[in-house]
Amino acid sequence: MTRVAVDWVSSAMKPASFDYFRPDTLEEAAALLATYGDDAKLLAGGQTLVPMMNFRLATPRVLIDINEIKGLDFIQQQNGSLCLGALVRWHEIESSSVVAQSNPMLGEAVRSVAHYQIRNRGTWAGSCAHADPAAEFPAVALISKARFTLFSTRGRRVVSVDEFFLGPLTTALTPDEILVDVEMPLFNSNTIWAFEEFALRNGDFAIAGVAVVIEPNDQEDFIRFVSFGVSDKACRLRTAESVIATSGLTHEAIDEAAASIKNDIDARSDIHASADYRLALTKALLERTLHRASVGHKQ
Amino acid sequence: MSFHIIKTTVNGISADREVESRLTLADFLRHDLRLTGTHIGCEHGVCGACTVIVEGKAVRSCLIFAVQVDGKHVNTVEGLADGEELSPLQQSFRKHHALQCGFCTSGILNSAHAFLQENPEITPDRVRELISGNICRCTGYVRIVNAIMDAAPNYRKIT
Repeated sequence: MTRVAVDWVSSAMKPASFDYFRPDTLEEAAALLATYGDDAKLLAGGQTLVPMMNFRLATPRVLIDINEIKGLDFIQQQNGSLCLGALVRWHEIESSSVVAQSNPMLGEAVRSVAHYQIRNRGTWAGSCAHADPAAEFPAVALISKARFTLFSTRGRRVVSVDEFFLGPLTTALTPDEILVDVEMPLFNSNTIWAFEEFALRNGDFAIAGVAVVIEPNDQEDFIRFVSFGVSDKACRLRTAESVIATSGLTHEAIDEAAASIKNDIDARSDIHASADYRLALTKALLERTLHRASVGHKQ
Repeated sequence: MSFHIIKTTVNGISADREVESRLTLADFLRHDLRLTGTHIGCEHGVCGACTVIVEGKAVRSCLIFAVQVDGKHVNTVEGLADGEELSPLQQSFRKHHALQCGFCTSGILNSAHAFLQENPEITPDRVRELISGNICRCTGYVRIVNAIMDAAPNYRKIT
């Protein structure tokens, strides 16, 4: 057996060195995480973590590869919810008839995630644990009132989407916890929804995005609008929601709702776009999605 | 630092090696197996040059570690042709002049091959979406789209 030539290896490797573990069960993974804590990172799809390691922006001393753990790749309807295991990859969400039926917005939104080759590997759970403010899944999770299950040697706990995402790259996950599944209440067949984002290139992170859900009945919270990519995390557009809830989807109400968004968004500037530009984009996207909703469109 | 013994199958040939955990699949293929048809561009998943097929799925070999393909089947551009006989997709690339410098070509061939095996019914728009994950600075993509569209019927026959 040849050992890979260590001379070139040590001089030319992109990532810093780390110890690698590949547990077979969730319990083993949790035990490893409990042992190594902050020194360890979980490796699922690796489509964000490995680039960061290749740049040595991330230098975990220990990688715990959860890809071989069985039973984490399920997509199913259960107790009125769509449930996804942590190892479900983007392309599986995109091509799943269960997802298309139970949360069609999710299937649509996922088509905007990176590229085909990345979607073959990347997982929704990795994206959520990373918590990029411009990621699509957290926005759909927020508008769908998702609940996340976190697992550790201390047991399981369920956290609502509002409690899970705390800020940019910050979640409620403690260093010893694993995000294991998500539950999203089913879309009603009469639910009107629309999802749009604007990115500079196909597959790029969104500069701004908007998701809209209007449920058919007058239950509490039946109108929900979400903005993402604009502030430090996906957020509800409460003022715009209440304008439409009060006045309906008239042209005047849509104008008023779109004009109200700065009440609810703390827009940020970066090298890609200014805060003002992001707000202007969000306004345009909200107008567009609401006009579509006003004719009863299910995207 | 940890070393691991892996048993993987690359283009149908088994390869047993001991690898350091941080060795990427791309580096493993090129430096250890000397399969230099897999090209390395950006090494952070953006350019698509290093795309290979793992268990039937086109993935970035710079974003997966060699230790992760233990027990798995990997296919690289070297495995596309049947001996000296170019695959229908490769023949189509030649016919349509779908490459110039060739640096991006192996990644595009692997992406298109894996995609067409799953989805032989394809439209030019889907092809453009597919290869948006592969950066080509020579061709302008038009001939690549034409080549993939022209090769697609071959995949309908074999599936």
